[in-house]
Amino acid sequence: MKRTLAVDLGAGLVLPTPVLIASGCAGTGKELSGLVDLRKVGGLVSRTITLDARKGSPPPRIAETPSGTVWSTGLQNPGVHAFIDAVQTRPEVVAVELHLSGPDEELRRDVLGEHIDRTGEIVGAVARMSLVPVFAKLPMTATELPELARACIRAGAHGLTIGGPPPAIGVVAGTLRPALGPVTGWMSGPALKPITLRAVFEAARVVPEAPIMAVGGVRSAEDAVEMLIAGASAVQIGTAVLVDPAAPVEIARGIAGYLKEKGLGTPDDLRARLRVPVGFREPEEP
Amino acid sequence: MKRVRAEVLSTRKMGAYHQLTVVAPEIAEKARPGQFVSIRMPTGREFLLRRHLAIHDASRRGGWAGTLEFVIDPTGPGTAWLASARAHSFLDVIGPLGKGFAHPRRLTNCLLVAERHGAATLYFLAQELVATGKRVDMVVGAETMEQVLKPIEAKRLSQTVAIVTADGTLGDRGAVMDALPEAADRSGAQVVYAAGSARTLEYVAAFCRERGLPAQMALEERMGCGTGLCQTCVVPIARKDGSGYDNLRSCVDGPVFNPARVLWDRWLGERPTMLPTPPEGLPVTRSWPG
Repeated sequence: MKRTLAVDLGAGLVLPTPVLIASGCAGTGKELSGLVDLRKVGGLVSRTITLDARKGSPPPRIAETPSGTVWSTGLQNPGVHAFIDAVQTRPEVVAVELHLSGPDEELRRDVLGEHIDRTGEIVGAVARMSLVPVFAKLPMTATELPELARACIRAGAHGLTIGGPPPAIGVVAGTLRPALGPVTGWMSGPALKPITLRAVFEAARVVPEAPIMAVGGVRSAEDAVEMLIAGASAVQIGTAVLVDPAAPVEIARGIAGYLKEKGLGTPDDLRARLRVPVGFREPEEP
Repeated sequence: MKRVRAEVLSTRKMGAYHQLTVVAPEIAEKARPGQFVSIRMPTGREFLLRRHLAIHDASRRGGWAGTLEFVIDPTGPGTAWLASARAHSFLDVIGPLGKGFAHPRRLTNCLLVAERHGAATLYFLAQELVATGKRVDMVVGAETMEQVLKPIEAKRLSQTVAIVTADGTLGDRGAVMDALPEAADRSGAQVVYAAGSARTLEYVAAFCRERGLPAQMALEERMGCGTGLCQTCVVPIARKDGSGYDNLRSCVDGPVFNPARVLWDRWLGERPTMLPTPPEGLPVTRSWPG
């Protein structure tokens, strides 16, 4: 059997490995070039790019928590025009990931991706215009995740990224102050793994045909394999890259080892292989 | 910038601090004063972000060639782990990182202002300045005697040293700022270098502005990765053309900045953890995490 790490996510999107670097943890790509062989990374997700440049949150922007971090960068980015200028010479923009875990500034809602009407509207608007496959990144803690997942695919998203981090704050006991400049932020890191697993599992059951990228709490090959078994087609690595820049390559290597051990040919052979008891609740039909 | 597996040569207690010496020739060869390294924490522990240490010394020649020295202020689980690193164990070290101090070309009288473990990076700078024939004078301040880093080293490196402690256990009683005007006059300071707490640096920056002294300061902002990936360690820096400011990453665009371009009010003004006293007058206790 020919064994490969490449994954075909459909719509012509074939990644060399199923391990990408998550949004906000790859810098511009340049910073990592001396620390990891980028050719062995499945892909890079850029930080969120907004229409206009943003200055982002006041510092401090990060604090450590048990097996995780709380952070808020406030979407600091150079704006879409500067971004396009920067990537023009690099034609390998192969997909768009839509950040839907932030506030809905038009409707003044805390989390845009919690609301099916708006999520469908935004995903549809982007999918109609995009020349490349669109992945909708839904908040992993969304209460109606299965319905949101269906709405995204129905609106034209090619796949999903599961998911956006849970909101969080840090409190400094010594000073009775918030740990972060903007007070509220998000949580990342290995502590998230079971939450991500559950969200991927729930979403994969309702949109089994759509490719899902799992992000949140993956720091080892074993974590990545668990995400694939729960229903993901690929994984994104965030905090683990900050800790170990070579993690995406190490994790891909570990997945290859697991495939060999199990006598499987591709990462796709693992996908949604979680064996649940007979009679375990079937996903509700829409 | 290199990522290396560096052997710990020794750790030893030095007053309130610990000195860590590692073997990392590839980094030591390139290290400049003001730069830092990023060290990975042990796996399987709940503190996971890399810790970032200013380079205190890098020996390139002689019997200890290829070693790097760091000063650790053990205030949290990560720095405590580093402080207790065993000789001959190995650390995952990335460095040298960041932009270091620039040497003055024409000016010769350098005043170095160090607070607490900020002295670690400035003693390294002092060595280089002295070696290039500059005059070096120092102000070294801390809360207590134990927190004054290597006072004898400070004396060896400089023409004059003013040591100040808040409790008066070493040198004069007071803060760095109290000793600064006299030290500047005495040394004929033409350029100022400083490292220490953000508040103190803000005062030193105001002093330099008043006197029209060019200055460079090593700022500390909380870092995630140290390598420019996560965009969390930003400091607001005015643009050269005066058209506003940018939040620049202190890990790649710093940690050494020109204080005249730091927007101190924006950086520190609203900063919740930097406010001098907690509500209801409760005392401030140790910083966390470290």
